[in-house]
Amino acid sequence: METLKEKKTETKKQATVRISGAEAIIHCLLAEGVDLIYGYPGGAIMPVYDELYKYQDKLTHILSRHEQGAAYAAQGYARVTGKVGVAIATSGPGATNLVTGIADAQIDSTPLVCLTGQVARHLLGSDAFQETDIIGISTPVTKWNYQITKASEIPEIMAKAFYIARSGRPGPVLVDITKNAQIEELDFIYDRCTAVRSYKPVPKTDSRNLEIAAELINSAKKPYVIFGQGVILGEAEKQLKALIEKAGIPAAWTILGLSALDTDHPLNVGMVGMHGNYGPNVLTNECDLLIAIGMRFDDRVTGNLDTYAKQAKIIHFEIDPAEVNKNVKVDLAVLGDAKASLEALLPLIKENKHESWHNEFKEKYKIEFDTVIKAELYPTKEQLTMPEVINEINRVTMGSAVIVTDVGQHQMVTCRYAKFNRSKSNITSGGLGTMGFALPAAIGAKMGAMGREVVAIIGDGGFQMNIQELGTIFQNKTPVKIVVLNNGHLGMVRQWQELFFESRYAATVMVNPDFVKICEGYHIKSRRVKERQDLKAAVQEMMSSKDAYFLEVVVEKEDNVFPMIPSGASVSDIRLK
Amino acid sequence: MEKKWFTISVYSENNVGLLNRISGIFLKRHINIESLNVSKSEINNVSKFTIVTYITEDWARRIVGQIEKQIEVIKAFYHTDEETIYQESALFKIASHLLFDERQIQNIIKESNSQIVTVSRDFFVLAKSGKRSEIDEMYQQLQPYGIMQFVRSGRIAVSKAEMQISALLQEFHSLKQ
Repeated sequence: METLKEKKTETKKQATVRISGAEAIIHCLLAEGVDLIYGYPGGAIMPVYDELYKYQDKLTHILSRHEQGAAYAAQGYARVTGKVGVAIATSGPGATNLVTGIADAQIDSTPLVCLTGQVARHLLGSDAFQETDIIGISTPVTKWNYQITKASEIPEIMAKAFYIARSGRPGPVLVDITKNAQIEELDFIYDRCTAVRSYKPVPKTDSRNLEIAAELINSAKKPYVIFGQGVILGEAEKQLKALIEKAGIPAAWTILGLSALDTDHPLNVGMVGMHGNYGPNVLTNECDLLIAIGMRFDDRVTGNLDTYAKQAKIIHFEIDPAEVNKNVKVDLAVLGDAKASLEALLPLIKENKHESWHNEFKEKYKIEFDTVIKAELYPTKEQLTMPEVINEINRVTMGSAVIVTDVGQHQMVTCRYAKFNRSKSNITSGGLGTMGFALPAAIGAKMGAMGREVVAIIGDGGFQMNIQELGTIFQNKTPVKIVVLNNGHLGMVRQWQELFFESRYAATVMVNPDFVKICEGYHIKSRRVKERQDLKAAVQEMMSSKDAYFLEVVVEKEDNVFPMIPSGASVSDIRLK
Repeated sequence: MEKKWFTISVYSENNVGLLNRISGIFLKRHINIESLNVSKSEINNVSKFTIVTYITEDWARRIVGQIEKQIEVIKAFYHTDEETIYQESALFKIASHLLFDERQIQNIIKESNSQIVTVSRDFFVLAKSGKRSEIDEMYQQLQPYGIMQFVRSGRIAVSKAEMQISALLQEFHSLKQ
């Protein structure tokens, strides 16, 4: 017994090494399995960059052209791999430029560790050059943040940062490191973090609640599943599929849940929400049991809460207790990890088909097809439509590509029409609606999935919000495919102006530069398509390119995205035109 | 739903920045904090926030959920006034001559159950602990004679029901192993 005990402590004892704080940061990243980070150097983070230079064979640093690009690239990487994305920046403006990316990661639950340099400890609060209170600024948009002022804090805080970012409901963590802490030496030893007192990442699942859930599902006549990103983050795709197949439940997805279930799966009925499909929205108010899995009843999903699924019993499978009864009062909450919960639920579920209920979705789809989809996919008008471009891309990718979208009309169209047969393949800015997201996020997504095609679909507005990242693509020879659907407008805002502001197009007309020439300046193969007859060949050429490729498609200027639930209206009152 | 006074109690780690994180949750929702007190708690190295706010119970529940979600928060509760024992403290600084010139002042001190903390040639200081209404009443009584300085603390409160933080910490501790 004694000897055993001794042995145990002996193996636990690791030798410490005397290194600088900056080198310790690199060691921490390597210990966490990080091999790729995105960032931009500057004064207060220079000691870390000096170490990045020395460790470049083990840790690749991708230089973005703006810190915001670094943050989105790290998000793209995280979303496609399921690993923690890392972005690094200097103090002051470097740090504040990360903030929009951090806010985006917070609302879309993306695991991110952001490292920022900070002025030396003795200068804090002196309004030193490039000093900003990034802890104060980032607090409302981080899952956790911490300012390191001593080198000796580095290993513990970095371990904690990665653990918090990836565990439970993931999110962004910011670690601010004063310059003196980067320069000072410490006795380095690294223990990965496995728990934090006061933090419970996954709430306990009550098995009684699972039994009640099963009873409700088994006795429902019109059960309906709406799933969100929780299924992807919790890697519960198989369990979701097994549940809906066994119980014969039609399943719809939120924008962030897209790709968790194959688009062509017979029980996949489409998207819910403001620009979702007709059936999934209207039938939300006709089901008798709504089973929400890993989604948070965002206002873009629910429309008017007073008329949302009032007739139905609601079960909410959720990892974050604060989401339960936040927007929609539910009858039963099953807290915990989606995968574990669904796995435990499955044996309690009786086989069922619910054919006539499923037929209601098919009928509604037919209505949507006749009034919206047909004219979009097979237009008789001269100008190209966004949906036919997506359809053309589908034809080549067959649903196997990673599709990255920006924000606006093209985003809604892409999510409605793009096909997926693999999870973690739809990368978009959902909760925050961050224009400028797609181009950098596609860089990260491609680097996280080198063997796969990554297609960024972007509007002409959003493309110009981080257009400088073409430089990153050029420098790193990142073979992303970039499609700009150019309608010469900030299309979604223009659509609202047309529908709700009597066509007063305030600041939504874009006079655009020659995008093809800009891309040529970055030595990226480029092509512009204006005619329908050229679309197929252009998409073919793009998809068969081994290098980065830019395709601009000039589309109809004033098309609207339908169906649409006007802001504040009920899901039942979704408009088809 | 009707607005009420709620006392929100938060047990947390004692870390820099947590106050900002918690107050930010109120700020984001445009909810005013009526009073805030941070002190040590019954558990070593665990801080306790006592926050008073006038909101609906629905909001109280949601805010407590958001507070509990913060990494360094161990547990948060909300209680109505009936569910807690609570007090505030106040200090009144008053000119010393009034003690002799105005007989009524001595009566106020006696009846209000307040204490004289210090007396100097120029002023004396009264301390009063109790319900907000008692402090307000004393303020009203003293005001006509002149109050040189007045300050009142945030509410401090203990719940009538058990909070079982030690058990929770035990549970967290066992998770670690």
